[in-house]
Amino acid sequence: MASVKMPQLGESITEGTISKWLKQPGDQVKKYEGLVEIITDKVNAEVPAPLAGVLKEIKVKEGTTVTVGTEIAVIEESVAAAQGPGPTAPPSQPSKHVGAAKGADVPARAAAPEESAEGRTRLSPAVRALIEEHRISDAELSGISGSGIGGRISKKDIEDYVAKRAQPAANGEQRQRGAEAPPRPAGAPAVPGTPVPLSPMRRAIASNMVRSKQTIPHAWTVAEVDMSNVVRFRQQARDSFKQKEGIDLTFVPIIVKAVVEGLKAVPILNASWSDDGVVMHKDINIGVAVSVEDGLIVPVIHQADRLSIAGLAKVADDLAKRARAGSLTIPDVQGATFTVNNPGTFGTILSYSIIAPPQAGILAMDAIVKRPVVVDGDAIAVRSMMNLCLSFDHRVLDGVSAARFLQGVRRWLEGFSEQIPLY
Amino acid sequence: MAQKTVIEAIREGMDEEMARDPSVFLIGEDVGQRGGVFLASDGLYKKYGEYRVIDSPLAESCIVGVAIGAAINGMRPIAEIQFADFIAPAMNQIIEEAARFCYRTAGDFNLPMVIRAPWGGGVHGALYHSQSIEATFGHIPGLKVVAPGTPADAKGLLKAAVRDPDPVLFLEHKRTYRLVKGEVPDGDGVVPIGKADVKREGKDLSLIAYGLMLTYCLEVAEKLAGEGVSAEVLDLRTIKPIDEAAIVATAKKTGKVLVVHEDTRFAGIAAEVMAIIMEHAFDALDAPIMRLTGPDVPAMPFNHVLEEAFMPNVDRILAKAKELAAY
Repeated sequence: MASVKMPQLGESITEGTISKWLKQPGDQVKKYEGLVEIITDKVNAEVPAPLAGVLKEIKVKEGTTVTVGTEIAVIEESVAAAQGPGPTAPPSQPSKHVGAAKGADVPARAAAPEESAEGRTRLSPAVRALIEEHRISDAELSGISGSGIGGRISKKDIEDYVAKRAQPAANGEQRQRGAEAPPRPAGAPAVPGTPVPLSPMRRAIASNMVRSKQTIPHAWTVAEVDMSNVVRFRQQARDSFKQKEGIDLTFVPIIVKAVVEGLKAVPILNASWSDDGVVMHKDINIGVAVSVEDGLIVPVIHQADRLSIAGLAKVADDLAKRARAGSLTIPDVQGATFTVNNPGTFGTILSYSIIAPPQAGILAMDAIVKRPVVVDGDAIAVRSMMNLCLSFDHRVLDGVSAARFLQGVRRWLEGFSEQIPLY
Repeated sequence: MAQKTVIEAIREGMDEEMARDPSVFLIGEDVGQRGGVFLASDGLYKKYGEYRVIDSPLAESCIVGVAIGAAINGMRPIAEIQFADFIAPAMNQIIEEAARFCYRTAGDFNLPMVIRAPWGGGVHGALYHSQSIEATFGHIPGLKVVAPGTPADAKGLLKAAVRDPDPVLFLEHKRTYRLVKGEVPDGDGVVPIGKADVKREGKDLSLIAYGLMLTYCLEVAEKLAGEGVSAEVLDLRTIKPIDEAAIVATAKKTGKVLVVHEDTRFAGIAAEVMAIIMEHAFDALDAPIMRLTGPDVPAMPFNHVLEEAFMPNVDRILAKAKELAAY
């Protein structure tokens, strides 16, 4: 008998939801044959059988979320295949088939959530009772690390957390907020609406956004950028680029390039908060939010600082296409150190994005609109203006660094000319 | 207060009850002139004479039968079964007669009798001198079953058993007789039947035991304290009627319970304790209730290594308790 465990589908992923069993108990399975589909907050993955045999037992039902390492099924090894991996064969790599995140109407600014707190498994009755008694939210719960076997949250962990939560006066306000959480907002319509069932993705995004907002002190700042040079250049280069490369030259790679330059100048924004210190990332990996049919996914342009504008355009286009086709791989959605979001395509002018932990910032490109502005010599001219809105983690950096970053990005964009190489 | 062994406390308890109440008498194999194989009644024959300390034939059915007849007629017999293993021939008298007599006579008759029986292993006693019988008799309605683990409880519960209007099976763990010493209060010091006792307060987990295992669990709790785990130790003392309230209270307090007994596992006292906790303290549990018991093999082996393997000991209880603490 070999047990199949919930695989680790990404470095920051701690749990997964069983979406669909592709085999039923009694079925023969071949080694590497698809066994089960798993949804995490980042990817949908098909997990292959670690060995050949007969599926004896399914331990976790569809729709249930369990932590990484939890036994989800038992396979009885076939005799012929017994020389294969040992009885506790580690879960093999999931196959390269990553669907777009399923979720209804995800706001474009919701970057890839880190961890799902939905249905934390193995909460003992005592722990459940304490959670209820102290009104501990899902988001709070996901922040509590378990000291028990397999990371189980014990009664003591909750008691310690409650004691800690009650301590500093500064936390008072947050506690108050956590404690209220009425089931229905005051003044809800007398005729109750129909609840739309929450998909695992919806819950994951919700809990991550809450966690982000509760743990990261967001600060927000906006820079107004004159995009006229970029717009003009793009208009000129558009057709030849399309002809040569086969893809559209959008504003995204240009903005990403500008962001990379900004991050190089202000590296503190390419960092993560941790209690042991701010972690300065060596790579510059830019997550680019892509809206898909019924949700949102944030693929990552890895080592964006090593790519030209054309290279960025290629990679961004490929990622977006594969995101919509549902064929991203796990590494495609991992390791972002900063995120760029493009709500401007829908005409927004000021966007307050929520940071995707553990990143320190997220930049929203808002709509490019023609406006009369005062230019040199007190003349009024029509220019293509755009707002760049930056949300940043105020634990990691202060307003001065944020402003310097935006200034760097703005100057790079405003100074754009044909001199800047496309390749 | 004075330090006494369990055997001294039991002897003292019988002596004091016989002195207090002339209807109390002893009957059993070698309890008289020899003073009992464990010397529990040493000196009592001399003090109270052959009519109150009666050497019986080697016939357990007779010992219990005589005690029943005497109890019906207003006496308060203390019948000794030399080893608990030998009780089987008396089972008909105990279960069919003694346990039911009050019920059968609609309360017209009570049987104020005590059956003392040295039980348990760890003394190299092998198949016929090591058995645990508490689950077998605990199952019988109408019978009280007591299993003290300390000198004070042994004396206090023996007095309560003698004074009880109904039959009480009084189990004395033979390994504790001279191993366990403790303060015994002067005077009566009656310990009520049916009351468990928290022998050590703790907050992280509960160890529930009785008899010899109590001593082991207290040692384990001390070791756990050295590792930062606060263990509560509940001594059941009475097997039947079991103290549900005390069991539920400790389970609710710590949320983690380990039940220990040397009796075999299947349908043992641990199973009953676990069921009580599930029924009344489920919402307070922070871990599956665990048990450490003797294995389901027919009897305690003679071979020393195998006897060690049968008996739960401090190391094994400690390992299990750590597993529970870490859960």
